[in-house]
Amino acid sequence: MHEAGRQKVVDLALSGSIEASAAASRTKILGRLRLSDGAFRHLTRAAAVLVLVLLSGVIISLIQGSLPAIQAFGLNFLIEERWNPVTERFGAFAPIYGTLITSFLAMLIAVPLGLLISLFLTEICPMWLRRPIGIAIELLAGIPSIIYGIWGLFVFAPFLQRTVQPFLIDLFGNVPVLSSLFEGPPYGIGMLTAGLILAIMVLPFITSISRDVFEAVPPVLKEAAYGVGCTTWEVVRHVVLPYARVGVLGGVMLGLGRALGETMAVTFVIGNAHKVSASILAPGTTISATIANEFTEAVGDLYTSALITLGLILFAITFIVLAIARLMLMRIERRVG
Amino acid sequence: MNLYARRRFRNHVILTLSVGATVVGLGWLVLILGALLYQGLSGLSLAVFTEMTPPPGADGGLLNPIIGSLMMTILAVAIGTPIGILAGTYMAEYGKYAKLTMVVRFINDILLSAPSIVVGLFIYEILVAPMGHFSGWAGAVALAVIVVPVVVRTTEDMLSLVPRELREAATALGMPRAHVIGYVSYRAARAGMITGVLLAIARISGETAPLLFTSLNNQFFSADLNAPISSLPVVIFQFALSPYADWQKLAWIGALIITFAVLALSITARALSATRTSK
Repeated sequence: MHEAGRQKVVDLALSGSIEASAAASRTKILGRLRLSDGAFRHLTRAAAVLVLVLLSGVIISLIQGSLPAIQAFGLNFLIEERWNPVTERFGAFAPIYGTLITSFLAMLIAVPLGLLISLFLTEICPMWLRRPIGIAIELLAGIPSIIYGIWGLFVFAPFLQRTVQPFLIDLFGNVPVLSSLFEGPPYGIGMLTAGLILAIMVLPFITSISRDVFEAVPPVLKEAAYGVGCTTWEVVRHVVLPYARVGVLGGVMLGLGRALGETMAVTFVIGNAHKVSASILAPGTTISATIANEFTEAVGDLYTSALITLGLILFAITFIVLAIARLMLMRIERRVG
Repeated sequence: MNLYARRRFRNHVILTLSVGATVVGLGWLVLILGALLYQGLSGLSLAVFTEMTPPPGADGGLLNPIIGSLMMTILAVAIGTPIGILAGTYMAEYGKYAKLTMVVRFINDILLSAPSIVVGLFIYEILVAPMGHFSGWAGAVALAVIVVPVVVRTTEDMLSLVPRELREAATALGMPRAHVIGYVSYRAARAGMITGVLLAIARISGETAPLLFTSLNNQFFSADLNAPISSLPVVIFQFALSPYADWQKLAWIGALIITFAVLALSITARALSATRTSK
């Protein structure tokens, strides 16, 4: 691998006639090269295996850490709402509920938005603008999550508190069913705010993947549809979307995986209340926010273990979602490639 | 309205919505960057880079978290990059069609988007708890765990783009495989691989969740990796949630520094990979 080694390879290649003594040294060098090649091969293989070891390490350590809590609470842990560090009664229902609701809200907003943006980028946008706009949207993914958090807490939440939330409360206050969804005082922070911030954060993932799969639709199909007189929307609705369905779903699942596990941004704006409320304006908590807020302050083995169990649940959920996402994306890659 | 007008109308509505969606998407970016500049720029001064984090009510800067972040980032890259490059090399060169490669690729893609707070818990369990105290080392290792999947992914992708003929030509000269990889593949894929490392640095420089209970925080200047060490994201987290106005101000300044460092890194990375692909 080093300069000297390369020199020898080149010398060997260049020297036309090999004498007896040179032949002996040639065998020696070749032997050494074979050895170093084999060593490098095994080294890279070990590194690849290390990736698997990392994953199993995460799983094993989480299971080990959560054993005390699992032994103490069993499956009740999943449906128990109380979270009381003083009496050491812990249940994961409120954080699980918060995680699912905020992610659901995020997907509700980000999926249509992302699809519309990819529609714009692939069908309407002039060529020279496509790349800059695509990059700008992807930059949203580059902004660290703590920045979304601080922005959400100081800029976005007060804005929502002053404008959007009172409006929603007035609008749906007298509508049955919906009124309980938008109940309570406008805190600013809460599940709706967390969902909105998450929507912005997963938007670039959904956009860039659906743009890529939209672009992978064979032009012939689209041209044929335009040829029989379809409008742009009809082409997208009846040709592009059906063709790109699996890929779009993969992108959506990937975004969902991100939203479920997102920590810092949510921690800032969720309000950290261990309770389950029907109103999406109410403060709540998520799995990741609970861990981030309480882990360093957790006293006692059972408290720590309960938090690690939350981590295990979160990892299990995101693992399943991300695995489905990858399987879908692999299917579309095989078709395109 | 006849059928034709209705179809045209629907088409216009959707197209307008899609333009609107793009404006909203770009608008968020502008709003966030604008707020950062507005809140952070006014406080940005030399003192931020030369003074320690202050107690509430006093003047100060962000020197210790900046140093701590730099140390842990460098260390994490130093640990994670070689592992990532070697693993990516195996997947693209030696074991391109091996079953192991398929499994590793699948798992790696999952690790790539796995919640980073879980990484923090993992490192807490295997390093912090046995050692008995929080430390900069634990923080660096946690970040390294996040670096590995990013580098594996880009290395494999970039090496796979190297034309097979280059490798065949080198092999025909009698070069052993390790030399082909070192002198041909790596050189051809260099720009892309550097891009991967830059993206990994961008990714970890804003990571907060895995540091919360590995490196913790330190109010005082400390370059000791064996003790709790301060880092920019954790300080932002702590200061932003504090009730003190000057701490919140510092949090904004820190947020501004991180964001523009990260954006500069990812734009550089993009420029690098763009020149590579256009050639």
